[in-house]
Amino acid sequence: MEPRAVRVGLRAASTVVMLFLYLPLAVIVLQAFSASKIPGWPIGDYSTRWFRLAWNDHFARTAFENSVTVGLRASALALVLGSCVAFALSRFRFFGQNTVSLLFVLPIALPGIVTGLALLSTIDYLGITPSLWTVVAGHATFCIVVVFNNVVARLRRTSTSLEEASMDLGADGWQTFRHITLPSIATALVAGGLLAFALSFDEVVVTLFTAGSQQTLPLWIYNQFRLPNTAAEVNAVAVFVIALTAIPVYLAQRLMRDTGGIPGR
Amino acid sequence: MTASASAAGPAGVRRRLSAFLFRRRRLKLSLLLLPPLGWIVVVYIAALAVLLLTSLWVEDELSGRILHTFTLDNFRQLWDDPTNRTITRNTLGMAIAVTITDALLAFPLAYYMVRLASPRMRALLFVGVLMPLWSSYLIKAYTWRLITAYDGPLNWALGKIGLGPYHIAYSYTAMWLAFSYMWLPYMVLPVYAALERVPASFLEASSDLGGRAWITFRKVIWPLALPGIAAGSIFTFSLTLGDYVLPDLVGGNNHDFIGNVIFRFQGVAQNVPYAAAFACVPVVIVIAYLMLMKRLGAFEAL
Repeated sequence: MEPRAVRVGLRAASTVVMLFLYLPLAVIVLQAFSASKIPGWPIGDYSTRWFRLAWNDHFARTAFENSVTVGLRASALALVLGSCVAFALSRFRFFGQNTVSLLFVLPIALPGIVTGLALLSTIDYLGITPSLWTVVAGHATFCIVVVFNNVVARLRRTSTSLEEASMDLGADGWQTFRHITLPSIATALVAGGLLAFALSFDEVVVTLFTAGSQQTLPLWIYNQFRLPNTAAEVNAVAVFVIALTAIPVYLAQRLMRDTGGIPGR
Repeated sequence: MTASASAAGPAGVRRRLSAFLFRRRRLKLSLLLLPPLGWIVVVYIAALAVLLLTSLWVEDELSGRILHTFTLDNFRQLWDDPTNRTITRNTLGMAIAVTITDALLAFPLAYYMVRLASPRMRALLFVGVLMPLWSSYLIKAYTWRLITAYDGPLNWALGKIGLGPYHIAYSYTAMWLAFSYMWLPYMVLPVYAALERVPASFLEASSDLGGRAWITFRKVIWPLALPGIAAGSIFTFSLTLGDYVLPDLVGGNNHDFIGNVIFRFQGVAQNVPYAAAFACVPVVIVIAYLMLMKRLGAFEAL
Protein backbone atom coordinates (compact mmCIF):
# COMPACT_ATOMS: atom_id res chain seq x y z
CA MET A 1 0.00 0.00 0.00
CA GLU A 2 1.13 3.52 -0.81
CA PRO A 3 2.21 5.82 2.04
CA ARG A 4 -0.56 7.95 3.51
CA ALA A 5 0.80 11.24 2.14
CA VAL A 6 0.89 9.76 -1.37
CA ARG A 7 -2.68 8.53 -1.07
CA VAL A 8 -3.98 11.91 0.09
CA GLY A 9 -2.02 13.64 -2.66
CA LEU A 10 -3.39 11.32 -5.34
CA ARG A 11 -6.95 11.79 -4.17
CA ALA A 12 -6.55 15.58 -4.22
CA ALA A 13 -4.93 15.53 -7.67
CA SER A 14 -7.69 13.29 -9.06
CA THR A 15 -10.36 15.62 -7.71
CA VAL A 16 -8.67 18.60 -9.35
CA VAL A 17 -8.39 16.78 -12.69
CA MET A 18 -12.05 15.73 -12.63
CA LEU A 19 -13.05 19.32 -11.82
CA PHE A 20 -10.93 20.47 -14.76
CA LEU A 21 -12.90 18.07 -16.97
CA TYR A 22 -16.35 19.03 -15.73
CA LEU A 23 -16.33 22.74 -14.81
CA PRO A 24 -16.17 23.85 -18.49
CA LEU A 25 -19.18 21.62 -19.23
CA ALA A 26 -20.98 23.30 -16.34
CA VAL A 27 -20.17 26.68 -17.89
CA ILE A 28 -21.79 25.57 -21.17
CA VAL A 29 -24.97 24.48 -19.40
CA LEU A 30 -25.17 27.66 -17.31
CA GLN A 31 -24.58 29.90 -20.34
CA ALA A 32 -27.37 28.14 -22.21
CA PHE A 33 -29.82 29.16 -19.50
CA SER A 34 -28.54 32.72 -19.28
CA ALA A 35 -31.14 35.30 -20.23
CA SER A 36 -28.53 37.68 -21.60
CA LYS A 37 -27.72 37.85 -25.29
CA ILE A 38 -24.06 38.61 -24.65
CA PRO A 39 -22.08 35.95 -22.79
CA GLY A 40 -21.05 37.40 -19.43
CA TRP A 41 -20.03 36.19 -16.03
CA PRO A 42 -21.47 35.78 -13.44
CA ILE A 43 -24.84 35.09 -15.01
CA GLY A 44 -27.56 37.51 -13.92
CA ASP A 45 -30.93 36.17 -15.02
CA TYR A 46 -31.87 32.71 -16.17
CA SER A 47 -34.29 31.83 -18.94
CA THR A 48 -35.18 29.07 -21.36
CA ARG A 49 -35.75 31.41 -24.31
CA TRP A 50 -32.65 30.14 -26.20
CA PHE A 51 -33.96 26.62 -26.12
CA ARG A 52 -37.24 27.77 -27.61
CA LEU A 53 -35.41 29.80 -30.25
CA ALA A 54 -33.10 26.90 -31.17
CA TRP A 55 -35.98 24.44 -31.30
CA ASN A 56 -37.82 26.59 -33.85
CA ASP A 57 -34.70 27.40 -35.90
CA HIS A 58 -35.29 25.85 -39.31
CA PHE A 59 -31.60 25.88 -40.31
CA ALA A 60 -30.47 24.27 -37.07
CA ARG A 61 -33.09 21.58 -37.54
CA THR A 62 -32.07 20.79 -41.12
CA ALA A 63 -28.41 20.70 -40.07
CA PHE A 64 -29.31 18.33 -37.27
CA GLU A 65 -31.18 16.04 -39.67
CA ASN A 66 -28.25 16.08 -42.09
CA SER A 67 -25.91 15.11 -39.27
CA VAL A 68 -28.12 12.18 -38.34
CA THR A 69 -28.26 11.03 -41.98
CA VAL A 70 -24.49 11.27 -42.39
CA GLY A 71 -23.87 9.57 -39.04
CA LEU A 72 -26.17 6.63 -39.89
CA ARG A 73 -24.68 6.11 -43.35
CA ALA A 74 -21.08 6.47 -42.19
CA SER A 75 -21.48 4.13 -39.22
CA ALA A 76 -23.30 1.55 -41.35
CA LEU A 77 -20.41 1.56 -43.84
CA ALA A 78 -17.86 1.50 -41.04
CA LEU A 79 -19.66 -1.44 -39.39
CA VAL A 80 -19.42 -3.62 -42.50
CA LEU A 81 -15.86 -2.65 -43.40
CA GLY A 82 -14.56 -2.61 -39.83
CA SER A 83 -15.97 -6.06 -39.04
CA CYS A 84 -14.38 -7.50 -42.19
CA VAL A 85 -10.96 -6.21 -41.10
CA ALA A 86 -11.50 -7.45 -37.55
CA PHE A 87 -12.31 -10.97 -38.77
CA ALA A 88 -9.44 -11.03 -41.24
CA LEU A 89 -6.90 -9.87 -38.67
CA SER A 90 -8.03 -12.00 -35.74
CA ARG A 91 -8.97 -15.26 -37.48
CA PHE A 92 -6.16 -15.44 -40.04
CA ARG A 93 -2.39 -15.16 -40.09
CA PHE A 94 -0.97 -13.61 -43.20
CA PHE A 95 1.92 -11.62 -44.58
CA GLY A 96 1.65 -7.87 -44.06
CA GLN A 97 -0.81 -8.11 -41.17
CA ASN A 98 0.77 -5.19 -39.29
CA THR A 99 0.74 -3.02 -42.39
CA VAL A 100 -2.97 -3.67 -42.85
CA SER A 101 -3.79 -2.64 -39.28
CA LEU A 102 -1.58 0.46 -39.64
CA LEU A 103 -3.48 1.43 -42.82
CA PHE A 104 -6.73 1.64 -40.89
CA VAL A 105 -5.24 3.57 -37.97
CA LEU A 106 -3.71 6.13 -40.34
CA PRO A 107 -6.89 8.19 -40.91
CA ILE A 108 -7.08 9.06 -37.21
CA ALA A 109 -3.32 9.17 -36.59
CA LEU A 110 -2.67 11.74 -39.32
CA PRO A 111 -3.93 15.27 -38.58
CA GLY A 112 -7.52 15.90 -39.65
CA ILE A 113 -6.46 18.80 -41.82
CA VAL A 114 -4.33 16.42 -43.92
CA THR A 115 -7.21 13.98 -44.37
CA GLY A 116 -9.53 16.86 -45.19
CA LEU A 117 -7.21 18.48 -47.71
CA ALA A 118 -6.38 15.11 -49.31
CA LEU A 119 -10.08 14.36 -49.80
CA LEU A 120 -10.68 17.88 -51.14
CA SER A 121 -7.83 17.60 -53.64
CA THR A 122 -9.27 14.30 -54.84
CA ILE A 123 -12.80 15.70 -55.09
CA ASP A 124 -11.38 18.59 -57.15
CA TYR A 125 -9.21 16.31 -59.25
CA LEU A 126 -12.04 13.92 -60.10
CA GLY A 127 -14.54 16.74 -60.57
CA ILE A 128 -17.03 15.30 -58.06
CA THR A 129 -19.67 17.68 -56.68
CA PRO A 130 -19.37 17.75 -52.88
CA SER A 131 -22.52 16.52 -51.16
CA LEU A 132 -23.56 14.67 -48.05
CA TRP A 133 -22.14 11.54 -49.71
CA THR A 134 -18.61 12.98 -49.88
CA VAL A 135 -18.97 13.77 -46.17
CA VAL A 136 -20.10 10.18 -45.56
CA ALA A 137 -17.07 8.82 -47.42
CA GLY A 138 -14.72 10.90 -45.29
CA HIS A 139 -16.41 9.99 -42.03
CA ALA A 140 -16.65 6.27 -42.81
CA THR A 141 -12.90 6.21 -43.45
CA PHE A 142 -11.94 7.26 -39.93
CA CYS A 143 -14.88 5.42 -38.30
CA ILE A 144 -13.67 2.01 -39.56
CA VAL A 145 -10.98 1.89 -36.88
CA VAL A 146 -13.51 2.46 -34.06
CA VAL A 147 -15.63 -0.51 -35.14
CA PHE A 148 -12.51 -2.56 -35.83
CA ASN A 149 -11.14 -1.91 -32.31
CA ASN A 150 -14.37 -2.99 -30.63
CA VAL A 151 -14.95 -6.11 -32.72
CA VAL A 152 -11.32 -7.25 -32.67
CA ALA A 153 -11.23 -6.96 -28.86
CA ARG A 154 -14.30 -9.21 -28.66
CA LEU A 155 -13.02 -11.74 -31.22
CA ARG A 156 -9.73 -12.11 -29.37
CA ARG A 157 -11.64 -13.01 -26.21
CA THR A 158 -14.03 -15.51 -27.78
CA SER A 159 -12.44 -18.83 -28.62
CA THR A 160 -13.12 -20.52 -31.93
CA SER A 161 -14.08 -23.79 -30.23
CA LEU A 162 -17.81 -22.98 -30.29
CA GLU A 163 -17.64 -22.33 -34.02
CA GLU A 164 -15.71 -25.55 -34.56
CA ALA A 165 -18.25 -27.48 -32.49
CA SER A 166 -21.05 -25.98 -34.58
CA MET A 167 -19.35 -27.04 -37.81
CA ASP A 168 -18.64 -30.51 -36.42
CA LEU A 169 -22.32 -30.88 -35.59
CA GLY A 170 -23.15 -30.28 -39.23
CA ALA A 171 -23.98 -26.58 -39.41
CA ASP A 172 -22.76 -24.83 -42.54
CA GLY A 173 -20.69 -21.63 -42.52
CA TRP A 174 -23.71 -19.34 -42.73
CA GLN A 175 -25.60 -21.14 -39.94
CA THR A 176 -22.53 -21.04 -37.73
CA PHE A 177 -22.11 -17.34 -38.40
CA ARG A 178 -25.78 -16.60 -37.85
CA HIS A 179 -26.27 -18.62 -34.66
CA ILE A 180 -22.83 -18.68 -33.02
CA THR A 181 -20.51 -15.93 -34.22
CA LEU A 182 -23.00 -13.10 -34.65
CA PRO A 183 -24.62 -13.39 -31.19
CA SER A 184 -21.19 -13.45 -29.56
CA ILE A 185 -20.07 -10.22 -31.25
CA ALA A 186 -23.49 -8.48 -31.37
CA THR A 187 -22.92 -6.11 -28.46
CA ALA A 188 -19.44 -5.23 -29.73
CA LEU A 189 -21.02 -4.33 -33.08
CA VAL A 190 -23.64 -2.15 -31.42
CA ALA A 191 -21.04 -0.43 -29.25
CA GLY A 192 -18.71 0.14 -32.22
CA GLY A 193 -21.58 1.46 -34.30
CA LEU A 194 -22.70 3.87 -31.58
CA LEU A 195 -19.19 5.23 -31.08
CA ALA A 196 -18.74 5.60 -34.84
CA PHE A 197 -22.02 7.50 -34.99
CA ALA A 198 -21.00 9.80 -32.14
CA LEU A 199 -17.62 10.44 -33.81
CA SER A 200 -19.24 11.29 -37.13
CA PHE A 201 -21.94 13.41 -35.51
CA ASP A 202 -19.34 15.71 -33.92
CA GLU A 203 -16.74 15.88 -36.71
CA VAL A 204 -15.88 19.30 -38.09
CA VAL A 205 -12.26 19.36 -39.33
CA VAL A 206 -12.67 16.89 -42.21
CA THR A 207 -16.30 17.90 -42.81
CA LEU A 208 -15.35 21.52 -43.57
CA PHE A 209 -13.32 20.27 -46.55
CA THR A 210 -15.72 17.67 -47.90
CA ALA A 211 -19.14 19.27 -47.47
CA GLY A 212 -21.07 20.87 -50.27
CA SER A 213 -23.96 23.26 -49.76
CA GLN A 214 -25.70 21.05 -47.19
CA GLN A 215 -24.58 21.75 -43.66
CA THR A 216 -24.11 19.29 -40.84
CA LEU A 217 -24.78 20.42 -37.28
CA PRO A 218 -21.10 21.14 -36.42
CA LEU A 219 -20.81 23.24 -39.60
CA TRP A 220 -23.92 25.18 -38.60
CA ILE A 221 -22.46 25.77 -35.14
CA TYR A 222 -19.10 26.86 -36.59
CA ASN A 223 -20.82 29.36 -38.85
CA GLN A 224 -22.89 30.70 -35.97
CA PHE A 225 -19.69 31.52 -34.07
CA ARG A 226 -18.73 33.90 -36.86
CA LEU A 227 -21.96 35.85 -36.50
CA PRO A 228 -22.46 38.32 -33.65
CA ASN A 229 -24.66 37.50 -30.65
CA THR A 230 -25.52 33.95 -31.55
CA ALA A 231 -23.56 32.25 -28.77
CA ALA A 232 -26.58 31.88 -26.50
CA GLU A 233 -28.62 29.94 -29.05
CA VAL A 234 -25.61 27.77 -29.91
CA ASN A 235 -25.16 26.95 -26.24
CA ALA A 236 -28.77 25.79 -26.06
CA VAL A 237 -28.20 23.54 -29.09
CA ALA A 238 -24.99 22.29 -27.46
CA VAL A 239 -26.74 21.28 -24.25
CA PHE A 240 -29.38 19.46 -26.29
CA VAL A 241 -26.66 17.66 -28.29
CA ILE A 242 -24.63 16.79 -25.19
CA ALA A 243 -27.71 15.24 -23.62
CA LEU A 244 -28.39 13.37 -26.84
CA THR A 245 -24.85 12.00 -27.45
CA ALA A 246 -24.56 11.03 -23.80
CA ILE A 247 -27.19 8.36 -24.40
CA PRO A 248 -25.42 6.34 -27.15
CA VAL A 249 -22.06 6.67 -25.41
CA TYR A 250 -23.52 5.50 -22.11
CA LEU A 251 -25.17 2.54 -23.88
CA ALA A 252 -21.90 1.70 -25.66
CA GLN A 253 -20.10 1.68 -22.33
CA ARG A 254 -22.61 -0.69 -20.80
CA LEU A 255 -22.47 -3.00 -23.79
CA MET A 256 -18.68 -3.15 -23.82
CA ARG A 257 -18.48 -3.99 -20.13
CA ASP A 258 -18.61 -7.73 -20.70
CA THR A 259 -15.81 -7.47 -23.27
CA GLY A 260 -13.44 -6.37 -20.57
CA GLY A 261 -11.21 -3.33 -20.74
CA ILE A 262 -13.82 -1.50 -18.73
CA PRO A 263 -13.79 -2.03 -14.99
CA GLY A 264 -16.65 -2.49 -12.58
CA ARG A 265 -18.45 -5.44 -14.04
CA MET B 1 -20.99 -33.67 -44.90
CA THR B 2 -20.94 -35.41 -48.28
CA ALA B 3 -24.57 -36.52 -48.08
CA SER B 4 -25.89 -33.08 -47.28
CA ALA B 5 -23.59 -31.41 -49.78
CA SER B 6 -25.35 -33.21 -52.60
CA ALA B 7 -28.80 -32.17 -51.35
CA ALA B 8 -30.78 -30.15 -53.86
CA GLY B 9 -32.19 -26.63 -53.41
CA PRO B 10 -30.72 -23.35 -52.13
CA ALA B 11 -29.64 -24.95 -48.83
CA GLY B 12 -27.52 -27.42 -50.81
CA VAL B 13 -25.89 -24.65 -52.83
CA ARG B 14 -25.19 -22.71 -49.65
CA ARG B 15 -23.72 -25.79 -48.03
CA ARG B 16 -21.50 -26.52 -51.00
CA LEU B 17 -20.37 -22.89 -51.06
CA SER B 18 -19.69 -23.00 -47.35
CA ALA B 19 -17.66 -26.20 -47.65
CA PHE B 20 -15.83 -24.75 -50.63
CA LEU B 21 -14.86 -21.66 -48.64
CA PHE B 22 -13.98 -23.74 -45.60
CA ARG B 23 -11.38 -25.60 -47.61
CA ARG B 24 -10.02 -22.44 -49.20
CA ARG B 25 -8.99 -20.20 -46.31
CA ARG B 26 -6.98 -17.97 -48.62
CA LEU B 27 -10.05 -17.22 -50.72
CA LYS B 28 -12.12 -16.52 -47.61
CA LEU B 29 -9.43 -14.17 -46.35
CA SER B 30 -9.34 -12.36 -49.69
CA LEU B 31 -13.11 -11.95 -49.70
CA LEU B 32 -12.95 -10.51 -46.18
CA LEU B 33 -10.08 -8.16 -46.89
CA LEU B 34 -11.06 -6.98 -50.34
CA PRO B 35 -13.92 -4.57 -49.44
CA PRO B 36 -12.19 -2.74 -46.54
CA LEU B 37 -8.77 -2.66 -48.20
CA GLY B 38 -10.34 -1.53 -51.45
CA TRP B 39 -12.14 1.26 -49.59
CA ILE B 40 -9.11 2.49 -47.67
CA VAL B 41 -6.87 2.37 -50.73
CA VAL B 42 -9.35 4.04 -53.10
CA VAL B 43 -10.75 6.66 -50.72
CA TYR B 44 -7.79 7.35 -48.46
CA ILE B 45 -4.41 6.21 -49.78
CA ALA B 46 -5.26 7.43 -53.28
CA ALA B 47 -6.37 10.75 -51.77
CA LEU B 48 -3.03 11.06 -49.96
CA ALA B 49 -1.28 10.32 -53.24
CA VAL B 50 -3.30 13.02 -54.98
CA LEU B 51 -2.36 15.39 -52.15
CA LEU B 52 1.31 14.61 -52.66
CA LEU B 53 0.98 15.09 -56.42
CA THR B 54 -0.87 18.36 -55.90
CA SER B 55 1.96 19.65 -53.74
CA LEU B 56 4.29 19.17 -56.72
CA TRP B 57 1.99 21.00 -59.08
CA VAL B 58 1.82 24.74 -59.26
CA GLU B 59 -0.91 27.30 -59.47
CA ASP B 60 -0.89 29.64 -62.43
CA GLU B 61 -0.92 33.11 -60.88
CA LEU B 62 -2.95 34.73 -63.63
CA SER B 63 -5.70 32.21 -64.24
CA GLY B 64 -5.72 30.54 -60.83
CA ARG B 65 -5.74 27.18 -62.61
CA ILE B 66 -3.59 24.33 -61.37
CA LEU B 67 -0.83 23.49 -63.85
CA HIS B 68 0.11 19.81 -63.90
CA THR B 69 3.85 20.35 -64.21
CA PHE B 70 6.12 18.87 -61.61
CA THR B 71 8.17 21.33 -59.62
CA LEU B 72 9.52 21.78 -56.12
CA ASP B 73 8.67 25.50 -56.19
CA ASN B 74 6.01 25.19 -53.47
CA PHE B 75 8.45 23.58 -51.08
CA ARG B 76 11.15 26.13 -51.90
CA GLN B 77 8.71 28.97 -51.32
CA LEU B 78 7.60 27.33 -48.09
CA TRP B 79 11.16 27.00 -46.83
CA ASP B 80 12.14 30.53 -47.80
CA ASP B 81 9.36 32.17 -45.81
CA PRO B 82 10.58 32.63 -42.22
CA THR B 83 7.00 33.02 -40.88
CA ASN B 84 6.34 29.41 -41.85
CA ARG B 85 9.25 28.28 -39.72
CA THR B 86 7.99 30.33 -36.76
CA ILE B 87 4.49 28.90 -37.18
CA THR B 88 5.82 25.35 -37.41
CA ARG B 89 7.93 25.91 -34.29
CA ASN B 90 4.97 27.37 -32.37
CA THR B 91 2.67 24.52 -33.39
CA LEU B 92 5.27 21.92 -32.47
CA GLY B 93 5.97 23.65 -29.15
CA MET B 94 2.26 23.66 -28.31
CA ALA B 95 1.89 19.98 -29.21
CA ILE B 96 4.79 19.12 -26.88
CA ALA B 97 3.54 21.38 -24.04
CA VAL B 98 0.03 19.91 -24.26
CA THR B 99 1.39 16.36 -24.30
CA ILE B 100 3.50 16.95 -21.18
CA THR B 101 0.63 18.70 -19.37
CA ASP B 102 -1.80 15.90 -20.15
CA ALA B 103 0.69 13.24 -19.05
CA LEU B 104 1.15 15.09 -15.74
CA LEU B 105 -2.61 15.40 -15.22
CA ALA B 106 -3.52 11.91 -16.42
CA PHE B 107 -0.98 9.95 -14.39
CA PRO B 108 -2.25 10.69 -10.85
CA LEU B 109 -5.87 10.20 -11.91
CA ALA B 110 -5.14 6.90 -13.68
CA TYR B 111 -3.04 5.72 -10.75
CA TYR B 112 -5.80 6.63 -8.31
CA MET B 113 -8.35 4.75 -10.45
CA VAL B 114 -6.24 1.59 -10.65
CA ARG B 115 -4.78 1.34 -7.16
CA LEU B 116 -6.92 3.31 -4.71
CA ALA B 117 -10.49 3.71 -5.96
CA SER B 118 -13.21 1.23 -5.01
CA PRO B 119 -14.60 -0.78 -7.97
CA ARG B 120 -17.73 1.38 -7.98
CA MET B 121 -15.73 4.60 -7.92
CA ARG B 122 -13.43 3.25 -10.62
CA ALA B 123 -16.35 2.53 -12.97
CA LEU B 124 -17.80 5.96 -12.26
CA LEU B 125 -14.50 7.73 -12.96
CA PHE B 126 -14.00 5.68 -16.12
CA VAL B 127 -17.31 6.78 -17.63
CA GLY B 128 -16.67 10.24 -16.17
CA VAL B 129 -13.43 10.56 -18.13
CA LEU B 130 -15.02 9.28 -21.34
CA MET B 131 -18.13 11.46 -21.30
CA PRO B 132 -16.52 14.86 -22.05
CA LEU B 133 -14.86 13.23 -25.05
CA TRP B 134 -18.23 12.86 -26.69
CA SER B 135 -19.67 16.27 -26.01
CA SER B 136 -19.33 18.60 -28.96
CA TYR B 137 -15.73 19.53 -29.70
CA LEU B 138 -16.72 22.92 -31.16
CA ILE B 139 -18.75 23.92 -28.15
CA LYS B 140 -15.95 22.93 -25.78
CA ALA B 141 -13.46 25.00 -27.76
CA TYR B 142 -15.84 27.95 -27.83
CA THR B 143 -16.45 27.64 -24.10
CA TRP B 144 -12.73 28.12 -23.47
CA ARG B 145 -13.00 31.40 -25.31
CA LEU B 146 -15.73 32.41 -22.85
CA ILE B 147 -13.84 31.01 -19.86
CA THR B 148 -10.63 32.85 -20.68
CA ALA B 149 -12.34 36.15 -21.55
CA TYR B 150 -11.18 39.10 -19.46
CA ASP B 151 -14.51 39.26 -17.60
CA GLY B 152 -15.05 35.50 -17.87
CA PRO B 153 -15.40 32.74 -15.25
CA LEU B 154 -11.65 32.11 -14.88
CA ASN B 155 -10.73 35.64 -13.87
CA TRP B 156 -13.90 35.78 -11.76
CA ALA B 157 -12.81 32.64 -9.85
CA LEU B 158 -9.22 33.88 -9.53
CA GLY B 159 -10.57 37.18 -8.23
CA LYS B 160 -12.37 35.30 -5.46
CA ILE B 161 -9.04 34.04 -4.16
CA GLY B 162 -7.39 37.43 -4.63
CA LEU B 163 -5.55 36.83 -7.91
CA GLY B 164 -5.65 38.44 -11.33
CA PRO B 165 -7.34 39.55 -13.42
CA TYR B 166 -5.07 38.30 -16.19
CA HIS B 167 -5.15 39.00 -19.91
CA ILE B 168 -5.20 35.45 -21.17
CA ALA B 169 -7.94 35.78 -23.77
CA TYR B 170 -6.69 35.05 -27.31
CA SER B 171 -3.23 33.98 -26.14
CA TYR B 172 -1.05 30.88 -26.25
CA THR B 173 -1.91 30.35 -22.58
CA ALA B 174 -5.62 30.18 -23.43
CA MET B 175 -4.90 27.74 -26.26
CA TRP B 176 -2.66 25.65 -24.02
CA LEU B 177 -5.44 25.36 -21.41
CA ALA B 178 -8.06 24.55 -24.03
CA PHE B 179 -5.91 21.96 -25.84
CA SER B 180 -4.90 20.27 -22.59
CA TYR B 181 -8.55 20.10 -21.62
CA MET B 182 -9.63 18.82 -25.00
CA TRP B 183 -7.28 15.83 -25.32
CA LEU B 184 -6.91 14.84 -21.65
CA PRO B 185 -9.25 11.80 -21.86
CA TYR B 186 -7.14 10.39 -24.72
CA MET B 187 -4.18 10.33 -22.32
CA VAL B 188 -6.00 9.00 -19.25
CA LEU B 189 -7.35 5.86 -20.94
CA PRO B 190 -4.08 4.30 -22.21
CA VAL B 191 -2.21 5.26 -19.02
CA TYR B 192 -4.99 3.60 -17.03
CA ALA B 193 -4.75 0.48 -19.20
CA ALA B 194 -0.95 0.35 -18.78
CA LEU B 195 -1.09 0.79 -14.99
CA GLU B 196 -3.82 -1.83 -14.71
CA ARG B 197 -1.40 -4.36 -16.17
CA VAL B 198 1.19 -3.72 -13.44
CA PRO B 199 0.71 -6.66 -11.04
CA ALA B 200 0.29 -5.60 -7.42
CA SER B 201 2.86 -8.26 -6.52
CA PHE B 202 5.56 -6.25 -8.33
CA LEU B 203 4.95 -3.30 -6.02
CA GLU B 204 4.93 -5.55 -2.95
CA ALA B 205 8.12 -7.25 -4.06
CA SER B 206 9.77 -3.88 -4.52
CA SER B 207 8.84 -2.70 -1.03
CA ASP B 208 9.71 -6.09 0.51
CA LEU B 209 13.14 -5.73 -0.99
CA GLY B 210 13.46 -2.38 0.75
CA GLY B 211 12.50 -0.10 -2.14
CA ARG B 212 11.15 3.22 -0.92
CA ALA B 213 8.05 4.64 -2.59
CA TRP B 214 10.18 6.81 -4.88
CA ILE B 215 12.44 3.92 -5.91
CA THR B 216 9.39 1.72 -6.59
CA PHE B 217 7.94 4.48 -8.73
CA ARG B 218 11.13 5.01 -10.71
CA LYS B 219 12.19 1.40 -11.14
CA VAL B 220 8.86 -0.42 -11.38
CA ILE B 221 5.86 1.81 -12.09
CA TRP B 222 7.39 4.35 -14.46
CA PRO B 223 8.95 1.89 -16.94
CA LEU B 224 5.70 -0.09 -17.08
CA ALA B 225 3.54 3.05 -17.46
CA LEU B 226 5.72 4.54 -20.19
CA PRO B 227 4.17 2.63 -23.13
CA GLY B 228 0.75 3.86 -21.99
CA ILE B 229 1.94 7.46 -21.85
CA ALA B 230 3.55 7.02 -25.27
CA ALA B 231 0.28 5.66 -26.66
CA GLY B 232 -1.72 8.55 -25.20
CA SER B 233 0.82 11.06 -26.45
CA ILE B 234 0.16 9.98 -30.03
CA PHE B 235 -3.32 11.44 -29.67
CA THR B 236 -2.42 14.57 -27.70
CA PHE B 237 0.51 15.35 -30.00
CA SER B 238 -1.04 14.63 -33.35
CA LEU B 239 -4.45 16.11 -32.56
CA THR B 240 -2.83 19.38 -31.42
CA LEU B 241 -0.50 19.46 -34.40
CA GLY B 242 -3.27 19.23 -36.97
CA ASP B 243 -5.91 21.41 -35.37
CA TYR B 244 -7.03 24.71 -36.84
CA VAL B 245 -10.50 25.13 -35.39
CA LEU B 246 -9.40 25.60 -31.79
CA PRO B 247 -6.62 28.09 -32.67
CA ASP B 248 -9.25 29.98 -34.66
CA LEU B 249 -11.82 30.02 -31.85
CA VAL B 250 -9.59 30.33 -28.78
CA GLY B 251 -6.40 31.84 -30.20
CA GLY B 252 -8.00 34.55 -32.29
CA ASN B 253 -6.37 36.06 -35.33
CA ASN B 254 -2.76 36.48 -34.23
CA HIS B 255 -1.87 32.94 -33.26
CA ASP B 256 -1.61 30.92 -36.42
CA PHE B 257 -0.98 27.19 -36.40
CA ILE B 258 0.13 25.10 -39.36
CA GLY B 259 -3.52 24.09 -39.86
CA ASN B 260 -4.74 27.69 -40.07
CA VAL B 261 -2.23 28.55 -42.78
CA ILE B 262 -3.14 25.43 -44.75
CA PHE B 263 -6.83 26.19 -44.38
CA ARG B 264 -6.39 29.78 -45.50
CA PHE B 265 -4.30 28.87 -48.54
CA GLN B 266 -6.87 26.32 -49.55
CA GLY B 267 -9.92 28.49 -48.86
CA VAL B 268 -9.19 32.18 -49.14
CA ALA B 269 -6.15 32.14 -51.42
CA GLN B 270 -7.37 29.12 -53.42
CA ASN B 271 -3.76 27.98 -53.77
CA VAL B 272 -4.32 24.28 -53.13
CA PRO B 273 -0.82 23.19 -54.32
CA TYR B 274 0.83 25.44 -51.74
CA ALA B 275 -1.57 24.24 -49.03
CA ALA B 276 -0.79 20.64 -50.03
CA ALA B 277 2.94 21.30 -49.74
CA PHE B 278 2.51 22.76 -46.26
CA ALA B 279 0.31 19.78 -45.29
CA CYS B 280 3.34 17.55 -45.84
CA VAL B 281 5.02 19.20 -42.83
CA PRO B 282 2.64 17.80 -40.16
CA VAL B 283 2.57 14.45 -42.00
CA VAL B 284 6.35 14.15 -41.79
CA ILE B 285 6.37 15.26 -38.13
CA VAL B 286 3.59 12.82 -37.17
CA ILE B 287 5.24 9.89 -38.98
CA ALA B 288 8.55 10.65 -37.24
CA TYR B 289 6.70 10.88 -33.92
CA LEU B 290 4.87 7.59 -34.53
CA MET B 291 8.16 5.84 -35.22
CA LEU B 292 9.67 7.26 -32.05
CA MET B 293 6.68 6.17 -29.97
CA LYS B 294 6.69 2.71 -31.55
CA ARG B 295 10.16 2.23 -30.03
CA LEU B 296 8.70 3.08 -26.60
CA GLY B 297 6.12 0.32 -27.07
CA ALA B 298 3.18 2.63 -27.73
CA PHE B 299 1.46 0.33 -30.24
CA GLU B 300 1.27 -2.60 -27.84
CA ALA B 301 -0.39 -0.27 -25.30
CA LEU B 302 -3.02 1.22 -27.60
